[in-house]
Amino acid sequence: MSVAMAIHGGQPETLIIESEAGPAPKRIVVTYGFWIFLLSDIVMFSALFASYAVLVRATAGGPGGAQLFNQVRVAIETGCLLASSYTCGMMSLAIGSRRRLVTYLFAAITFALGATFLALEINEFAGMVARGATPQRSAFLSAFFALVGCHGLHVTAGLVWLTVMMALVATRGFRPTVERRLLCFSLFWHTLDIIWVGIFTVVYLMGILP
Amino acid sequence: MNLLGKLSWSAIPFEQPIIMFASSLMILGIGSVLLWVTLKGYWPYLWREWLTSVDHKRIGVMYIVLALLMLLRGFTDAMMMRSQQAVAAGGAQGYLPPEHFDQIFSAHGTIMIFFMAMPFVIGLMNFAVPLQLGVRDVAFPTLNSVSLWLTASGILLTNISLVIGEFAKTGWVAYPPLSEPQFSPSVGVDYYLWALQISGIGTLMTGINFVTTILKMRAPGMGYMRMPVFCWTALAANLLIVAAFPVLTATFAMLLLDRYLGFHFFSVDAGGNPMMYVNLFWVWGHPEVYILILPAFGVFSEVISTFSAKPLFGYRSIVAATMAICVLSFVVWLHHFFTMGASAEVNGFFGVMTMIIAVPTGVKVFNWLFTMWGGRIRFTVPILWSLGFMVTFVIGGMTGVLMAVPPADFQVHNSVFLVAHFHNVIIGGVVFGVMAGYNYWFPKAFGFMLEERWGKTSFWCWLIGFYLAFMPLYALGLMGMTRRMQHYDDLTWQPWLLAAAAGAVVILAGIACQIVQLIVSIRARAQHLDVTGDPWNGRTLEWSTPSPPPPWNYAVLPHVTEKDDYWGRKNTAHTKTTQAREYEPIEMPKNTATGFVNAFFAVMIGFALIWHIWWMVILGALGAFVTILVFAFRKKEETEIPAERLAQFDRAHQAEVAL
Repeated sequence: MSVAMAIHGGQPETLIIESEAGPAPKRIVVTYGFWIFLLSDIVMFSALFASYAVLVRATAGGPGGAQLFNQVRVAIETGCLLASSYTCGMMSLAIGSRRRLVTYLFAAITFALGATFLALEINEFAGMVARGATPQRSAFLSAFFALVGCHGLHVTAGLVWLTVMMALVATRGFRPTVERRLLCFSLFWHTLDIIWVGIFTVVYLMGILP
Repeated sequence: MNLLGKLSWSAIPFEQPIIMFASSLMILGIGSVLLWVTLKGYWPYLWREWLTSVDHKRIGVMYIVLALLMLLRGFTDAMMMRSQQAVAAGGAQGYLPPEHFDQIFSAHGTIMIFFMAMPFVIGLMNFAVPLQLGVRDVAFPTLNSVSLWLTASGILLTNISLVIGEFAKTGWVAYPPLSEPQFSPSVGVDYYLWALQISGIGTLMTGINFVTTILKMRAPGMGYMRMPVFCWTALAANLLIVAAFPVLTATFAMLLLDRYLGFHFFSVDAGGNPMMYVNLFWVWGHPEVYILILPAFGVFSEVISTFSAKPLFGYRSIVAATMAICVLSFVVWLHHFFTMGASAEVNGFFGVMTMIIAVPTGVKVFNWLFTMWGGRIRFTVPILWSLGFMVTFVIGGMTGVLMAVPPADFQVHNSVFLVAHFHNVIIGGVVFGVMAGYNYWFPKAFGFMLEERWGKTSFWCWLIGFYLAFMPLYALGLMGMTRRMQHYDDLTWQPWLLAAAAGAVVILAGIACQIVQLIVSIRARAQHLDVTGDPWNGRTLEWSTPSPPPPWNYAVLPHVTEKDDYWGRKNTAHTKTTQAREYEPIEMPKNTATGFVNAFFAVMIGFALIWHIWWMVILGALGAFVTILVFAFRKKEETEIPAERLAQFDRAHQAEVAL
């Protein structure tokens, strides 16, 4: 008797190879598809990262990263975003246990942290523009504003999405569709963190190297 | 501030008789179709059954209709270029002024790649992949409809540029600095960029949809090594879409920032780097070549195996070759610009990689040859296209490997030798492939066969026309003729270009034959009905359903036990055992107007952005957002099809087959 048969009580035909199991349940299909989307989004960011790396020294006589970046602000921004991922995780737990009020609470905290991050970023951009460091000034600044701004746009979209999702929870409750979309939202939100870690390292940390 | 942005009456080229004639013809054509639909009262039917459909088969058919229309548009451009170059020798200037000729070659390339080849390939995948996998639909049916309509939006914007304003004069690649605002200040490049951004989003969603479908939604028993080869090639192509199209989106976004907000990504001043665009463009562009050709390889594999009545030779090696190409296609992009000035090591690496990627393609050619070896070959229309492909594509592949040698490439870079090479692989590979697929799956889609004789005539016209049109270009390229010339001084080139023009006319005859084939087949459909659902004695699951398949494809999901499962079932005894089928009600996704309405707003946003009509941009964006909200908040997502209806349909089909 083979090992497989021994394990499965002498009934080898009950062994189902996963790739032959038939169509996956909808929850798996939806989140899998969303993973693929997130991968494609990361590919898009990689093109922006590559352009930034090519153009980082092309300051055209204008200011470089060392003159522009404020580490304290970036540290607070990073703190906000990482904390918002934690609260987003707490929200997922609340959804899992069907607690509506706790869900709203953590969604609100996640929203507030995201909005704080965004406000700090807009403040940074405005300060740079006021000092003449506009994206039109040099190729380096073009690449900086495009890369960091694209992440900022993603965060904005995430905030809009979160608001819509809470409206859906309020009107439709935790239906399977709503729950799947909330799962996708949290995947999206965590991905923005991963991209921010890249930006933090490549733009802000490496930018202030001598 | 002007409420209409840059738009004014001067945007319509009244003084250009050729453009006005073409535009009025186009408007007349569209107008008469709309009028005919209205007079016949077809709108409710069209709206219910097609425009709002989320059925992958209907969406596939609509993609192919778009592709065929754009083939006509792109081919008209080709005829104009061929005729211009046939006459504009020496002192003669021909009939097309340079600024018009430039738009024509740009539009030809853009339309043929993005709006003919892509929709055709995606249409075939849409139609065939879920059927071949033995499932009822793709993973995200509504998203699929959104993809289709975003593609249609891009097509519409490109064609609007014929009447209002102008198209890009930069070639289909839109290299900066020429495409930067100081050298292309008018709306042409903006039409190009926004049309491709909008349709590109649609293509990306298709990629996500099909990767998920193929990896997560297969009939029970359909393991990876039992999937039809077309599904494998579709998987590879869609993985490439997911990995490559975001790069194109990012690149175009950067060029748009340069054009609209004065950024300096690709400008020649303030540290911008135009060659970065060229690199990024081809990081997308080379995988794109394989996005187009891999599904065509899949079609040939199905067709050759079916009409040789043999299983595909070396199934595993063809799968391995497909996936190898999928990976390698990302490390050859620099061969599109060996002349950039990279070091010999860099050029050497990309040259070697380019030669290596030819190996898996060569493997496939041998697979197809050995599949036919000893087979009982039926010379139908699809296999004629496949045979024509094998001869033609090998020639195109060899000229490609020739150009993979950097010093040789320096001699023919940007010459018409290159033009001949990529038409050799794209017409000989992709177009022949989609034509084979069109003839192969047509009876499955509509329930009747395409007429054979006109199909064969069409094939021979295309084949002969292709050689007549493009072999002279190889010679001309070696003689030093560069691409995109509005006129030339060297009179010794003219005979070759006259021959090429004659070739284009022969291809025109081929296209005419296809139109006749379609009309004749529709008129005489009663004689060519396919009641069995298996007119070709097929091997894969799609032939086990009725033609056309019902919306649910399979009343009961098939249980797959081997590769070429349907062939196996037909040739073993247990087909005769008619076991009672147990029907269960099916949940099908509801039709939705989301895709169509979104496309309306996408065109609105695109048009407003091109002409700097900012209030309309905001309006369009709001409209699109509300459309998505309406979809997100809808109460009912699915409709149920009762078991009795499935049983009834199946019984009716069985009875028809028995007759």
